[in-house]
Amino acid sequence: MERWIDVCVVDDIPVRGSRRTRFNGVEIALFRTSEDAVYAIENRCAHKGGPLSEGIVHDCAVTCPLHSWVFDLATGKARGADEGQIQTYPVEVRDGRAVHVRFPAR
Amino acid sequence: MPKQKLVIIGAGMAAGRLLEHLFETAPDAFDVTLFNAEPRGTYNRIMLSPVLSGEKSYEEIVTHDDDWYTEHGVTCRFGERVVAIDREKKIVSGENGDVPYDRLVIATGSNPFIIPLPGHDLPGVLAYRDADDTDRMIEACKPGAKAVVIGGGLLGLEAAAGLRLRGMDVTVLHLMPTLMERQLDPSAGYLLEKELSGRGITIRTGANSKEIYGKDRVEGIRLDDGTDLPASLIVMAVGIRPNVAVAKNAGLDVGRGILVDARMQTSDPSIYSLGECVEFEGNCYGLVAPLYEQAKVCAAALAGSADQAFVHTETATKLKVTGVDLYSAGDFTDGDDRDEIVFRDPARRIYKRLVLKQNRLIGAVLYGETSDGAWFFDKIRKAEEILPEARATLIFGQSFAGGAPLDPMAAVAALPDEAEICGCNGVSKGQIIGAIDKNGLCDLDGVRACTKASSSCGTCTGLVESLLAFRLGDAFAAPAKKTVCGCTDLGHDDVRRLIVSQQLKSIPAVMQELGWKTSCGCAKCRPALNYYLIASWPNEYVDDGQSRFINERVHANIQKNGTYSVVPRAWGGMTTAAELRAVADVVDKFNIPAVKYTGGQRIDMLGVRKEDLPAVWADLNAAGMVSGHAYGKSLRTVKTCVGSDWCRFGTQDSTGLGIKLEKMMWGSWTPHKVKLAVSGCPRNCAEATCKDIGVVCVDSGYEIHFAGAAGMEVRGTDLLTKVTTEADALEMCAALLQLYREQGFYLERIYKWSARVGIEKIQAQIVDDAENRAALYARFLDSQRNAQTDPWAERASGQKDAHEFSELVLAE
Repeated sequence: MERWIDVCVVDDIPVRGSRRTRFNGVEIALFRTSEDAVYAIENRCAHKGGPLSEGIVHDCAVTCPLHSWVFDLATGKARGADEGQIQTYPVEVRDGRAVHVRFPAR
Repeated sequence: MPKQKLVIIGAGMAAGRLLEHLFETAPDAFDVTLFNAEPRGTYNRIMLSPVLSGEKSYEEIVTHDDDWYTEHGVTCRFGERVVAIDREKKIVSGENGDVPYDRLVIATGSNPFIIPLPGHDLPGVLAYRDADDTDRMIEACKPGAKAVVIGGGLLGLEAAAGLRLRGMDVTVLHLMPTLMERQLDPSAGYLLEKELSGRGITIRTGANSKEIYGKDRVEGIRLDDGTDLPASLIVMAVGIRPNVAVAKNAGLDVGRGILVDARMQTSDPSIYSLGECVEFEGNCYGLVAPLYEQAKVCAAALAGSADQAFVHTETATKLKVTGVDLYSAGDFTDGDDRDEIVFRDPARRIYKRLVLKQNRLIGAVLYGETSDGAWFFDKIRKAEEILPEARATLIFGQSFAGGAPLDPMAAVAALPDEAEICGCNGVSKGQIIGAIDKNGLCDLDGVRACTKASSSCGTCTGLVESLLAFRLGDAFAAPAKKTVCGCTDLGHDDVRRLIVSQQLKSIPAVMQELGWKTSCGCAKCRPALNYYLIASWPNEYVDDGQSRFINERVHANIQKNGTYSVVPRAWGGMTTAAELRAVADVVDKFNIPAVKYTGGQRIDMLGVRKEDLPAVWADLNAAGMVSGHAYGKSLRTVKTCVGSDWCRFGTQDSTGLGIKLEKMMWGSWTPHKVKLAVSGCPRNCAEATCKDIGVVCVDSGYEIHFAGAAGMEVRGTDLLTKVTTEADALEMCAALLQLYREQGFYLERIYKWSARVGIEKIQAQIVDDAENRAALYARFLDSQRNAQTDPWAERASGQKDAHEFSELVLAE
């Protein structure tokens, strides 16, 4: 069964930055944009497995630190000429601060 | 025909422009002697404020250098005052001797008005008028010290902003209730006051100064309400007076200024006058646009043409006070016969006010959003009737009125031919289009050379480019330069220049003011902007870690599997048993899988887990080691050979010099990585001749090489110069690095920068010009003041970026 987990508060994540966490052995990256939107995606680039959490965050996207692939944080899709899809996880910010992420059933 | 003798008194901006026109229209007509009380030729006085704030050097604002005067055969008598004019004998007497004239031009400019307060002659009380005043103010600047600026007009506020940028605690005293009351109405003055207060400048309006006090030099100022303001520097910027002394003594007709007719002729037909010293139809002038117009008319008159006449026109003021956007033109005082249209958006701090009289626009004040300034100004100058249906939307500006889209091309296309594009030089759209067509111009430099548009303060550069694009279509777009990235149409050079000229001090400010097309940039432009801001505003700009590539953000090199490598500094490639022991212990303690010697004489520990980095650094710090910046666009390694300490061929202490270079340069950010080497003899064991900067020691001194490469490209260095002492070698290398820091494009290695700007130009700035070299060296040292904090120690202590090194643990 899917479930929502209270992961952190928005301010735990730097603006235009990220934090890492782990669920069920899968590394997950949480991103906060300049507009304070929060996204969660698997922390693994579709290209060579690079840690996306280490990339530069710009508008609603992140650029992978290894080979500069760009992924849309909302859809998990690679932008531009590259093709790839990353697992995304729904996020809700409750009471204006608590970041809840919906994880799949174990 | 023998040349006529032309003597010009004063080498200000008006005289400089006059000479240019004269040599264009009548190159062989005159033998010119140019007197200037200042010990220098013409420079761009408008740009003294950026010199004061430190964004520009004096050299950058010189418009006519010694070569120019030599080339045009001008006899320069700089630093010499004119004491008298004998109109009967037609002789000008300078302090060092007489010069006869056939024609004389008086361009003595203006003097700053000094309020005769008690104590006004104490050392530390300055006017703000010329390059010497600026120098004196810079000398008096001490961060944290107190300065008082008397006068809240354009010049006073620019002085205050400049002093504030140099770290002084600044108070502005202004007699009137609101700032810049001559150019702004009270509402805009209030917004300006709020803005400047927000920048840390204290504004006191309605302040009446009583006396300046101090024993041997100024110690403070008292106001008539009893307020006592301590200050080590007082700047008076309360206005200017036409400098008419020499003309008056010669018996010329003088009112407030030297009286001239529309051909700039004085009451003596052999004598002309122009600039801030003249009075024409009751008006005196302080802004550059009408002065340039006078220069044109005066040159024509001297060349014998009678068809040009000077006409008094409204002038527009566009202010550049630390990025404050302000525009005012025409007459905007209240009156019964006037209507006004006002627009306010308090949240965005925008205020616009238009003043109409009998359905004609007569004045405009714009604050916060000034792009329609030229359009309003054009309507004021033409006294165009505003029809009732246009009036309703007038304040929304050109794009709304014309229904045209907000496209810069459409906007310039819609401007009438007479619309003024360049306010400084009074160049209209029609003139620029004409010059493009007539001379086949295809770029900005061409337009600058032919029309002067965009060559003074540069704020109209975008408009001129739009005009080029409008006229040439694809022909202009074709040679368009490489842009920084898809987020902007600007190239690296534009961005660097505009950051400085518009005093942009944060990434959001750059993106806002330079019209970035994306909301917060991309992975290409953000690191570039972050670097440009660091290099432009050292000790002031706050580094934006989120705009740095991961390696620079966490001060280690990311590896393919997401682990990091750690390279401590080994000064000059030297190490000790204690350091090696500490490295060995760290490798054991953290199970670091690989240890390697790098090509730069250092040790690399590979495969460190990110969460272990702070603890690894703490252990290395404890043994005295600091970050080697092996991950940064910054100073990497300084490779050395053992030199005269050990080597039988060594000519100098190459290891020692390498260590000194590294200790001086570490921690500085640069456009791309910078690697150095010092070899102790021409056998060059440290391989200095393929480095960014390489020193090769020889018996007689030090050869300084640069622009080598040994990566994707392999390239031997070029010889910059040779120096004799170690101190000279350090200064030369630092000046070279600073020039690269100031001019290089982000991700442009030194060899590419050198290829772009030219070795000779670099040599001219560093080798040939000792003063400039010293200034670059000083700027480098200044920028290093707060750069040499070990980033590892900051993070090992948990003070900085702790979030980087820990995962969030889910409470399940």
